[in-house]
Amino acid sequence: MAQINRSAQQINATLVGNKRVGQYHQLIINIGDAADHCKPGNFVAINVGGDSSRMILRRAFAISRISSSSTFGGTMELIVAPHGAGSKWLCAQSEGTILDVVAPLGTAFGIPTEPVQVLLVGGGYGSAPLFGLAEVLNARGCRVDMLLGASTAAKIYAPMEGKRAVNSLRIYTEDGTMGQMGRVSEPIKALIEDLNIAVIYSCGPMAMLSAINAITSGTEVVHQCAVEESMACGIGICMTCVLPVNDGAGNVSMLRSCIDGPVMDGSLVEWDSVGRGL
Amino acid sequence: MSAVDFSTIIGNAWFPTPVFTASGCASSGRELAQFLPLHDIGAVVTKSVMSKARAGRPTPRMAETPSGMLNSIGLQGPGIDAFIAKDIPYLVSQKARIIVSIAGETVEEYSTLARKLRSVSGISAIEVNISCPNVENRGLVFACDPEASRRVIDGVRRTIGGELPIIAKLSPDVTDLTSIAQGVVDAGADALALINTVLGMVINLDTMRPHLGGKTGGLSGPAIRPIAVRAIYQVHAAMPKIPILGMGGVSNGRDALEMIAAGASGVSIGTASFGNPLALISIQNELKDLLQAKGFLSLRDAIGFAHRVEQE
Repeated sequence: MAQINRSAQQINATLVGNKRVGQYHQLIINIGDAADHCKPGNFVAINVGGDSSRMILRRAFAISRISSSSTFGGTMELIVAPHGAGSKWLCAQSEGTILDVVAPLGTAFGIPTEPVQVLLVGGGYGSAPLFGLAEVLNARGCRVDMLLGASTAAKIYAPMEGKRAVNSLRIYTEDGTMGQMGRVSEPIKALIEDLNIAVIYSCGPMAMLSAINAITSGTEVVHQCAVEESMACGIGICMTCVLPVNDGAGNVSMLRSCIDGPVMDGSLVEWDSVGRGL
Repeated sequence: MSAVDFSTIIGNAWFPTPVFTASGCASSGRELAQFLPLHDIGAVVTKSVMSKARAGRPTPRMAETPSGMLNSIGLQGPGIDAFIAKDIPYLVSQKARIIVSIAGETVEEYSTLARKLRSVSGISAIEVNISCPNVENRGLVFACDPEASRRVIDGVRRTIGGELPIIAKLSPDVTDLTSIAQGVVDAGADALALINTVLGMVINLDTMRPHLGGKTGGLSGPAIRPIAVRAIYQVHAAMPKIPILGMGGVSNGRDALEMIAAGASGVSIGTASFGNPLALISIQNELKDLLQAKGFLSLRDAIGFAHRVEQE
């Protein structure tokens, strides 16, 4: 058994950038050498609210990008939606704030050994980690096409610089305020055939991941998805973030999305049983 | 090297420090081992294990609440055979001291679990969790019923013989905690773990239904700490010779010393580890510094101190 949480460490990390991007905040955090261990798909857990906060649990965020800047050393980028009290606190912090960060956590997206055609599908700010992933896939020689969807234009996260590693980018909004009107899962079936897609990488709401899996199910297409379940600890000790996963031999067990995920083989997740007991 | 004697005794088991994990908040140790050497804390109290593998309750399983959280796990676990085969050898390999927590649906299941553990080496004590709130039938929360509590502990004691200390984990959700504590001690418990989580509920106003998949959950974290301190104080006052493993919202050295002053011989850290994977180590260091700063030569001198002050 591989060591759980291998390479994870607790870091007092400096927030070196906090910029509003549409409905989201782009946070840049200096995590030093820990950046060397972060891979697309990994997440971080950050203390929120300060020492006297009544919020006792960390908040988990997908790492969207890692870079080694000459000014700051290793940094990571997070795209945060200020929805709840914890993420609002985080987005309100100014540059120079020291954050208590545990990183990196969780599984990473698997990168194909051969240069194959891949499709990246993101929902809302779930698209954030896909741009860093696109760069890694592009470097491997994969042709990367991307689909992004959200309820409305303001919730689409698609930075200009992120598009460089992407061959094509299609955007879908449910209200038609950006790109085409509709859901992001609608064109996938045709794209798989037109582009000869071997792997789909997805990140977004569970309903979107489930819809993608319904399309890839029974096909040769590999579906790697980053799941989302509410978690208390992020390190595998609280057992709250579980979902039913098949081991491939028919045995279903409740696996932790923090250490057995967030990136999972979509074909093994028992989507119909998510949120129910076994 | 600190001059304070930091060791503690629970039943006949000796521990070099009084800071332990809380059952259900450290799995079987592997996850925390990346952050701290398991040998450095008093003991790993493993997640309550049952006879058979168990999937637990549906999600959502947690809700954060002011200074606390509700959990509704429902005793998910590998079952006793896989636990003995995989988790005990791992903890032994880490030179961790081990307290195995067991949970059953019947009096007989507890005895069966105790029988399987009797011949396993490397275990310092057994915690008998008769107070998990996340079971379908509240009637199965043995610790809410004095007679059922006694029967479980009696069965475990008869099965396991006189060697391994038995720690009975009790619920604060009872009318007369002291009489239940007295009952399990009379039935053969060497020590008490106080307290398990407090039964609670959150309603999701988007769905207008209970938020947790299991509807109710166990409240933990600093929100319940005063309840734990009260419970420890009351039980220690009634049975000053019975060691208590105190727990419930301890998140720093000050909180740990508070429980010790109330009568705890050791302190378990649960929810604090969710927010801080190094909580066990920082609490242990802070407690040691605090004892020294207050002039205690040994931890034992501080146990139940709040009672002594009253008598003077």
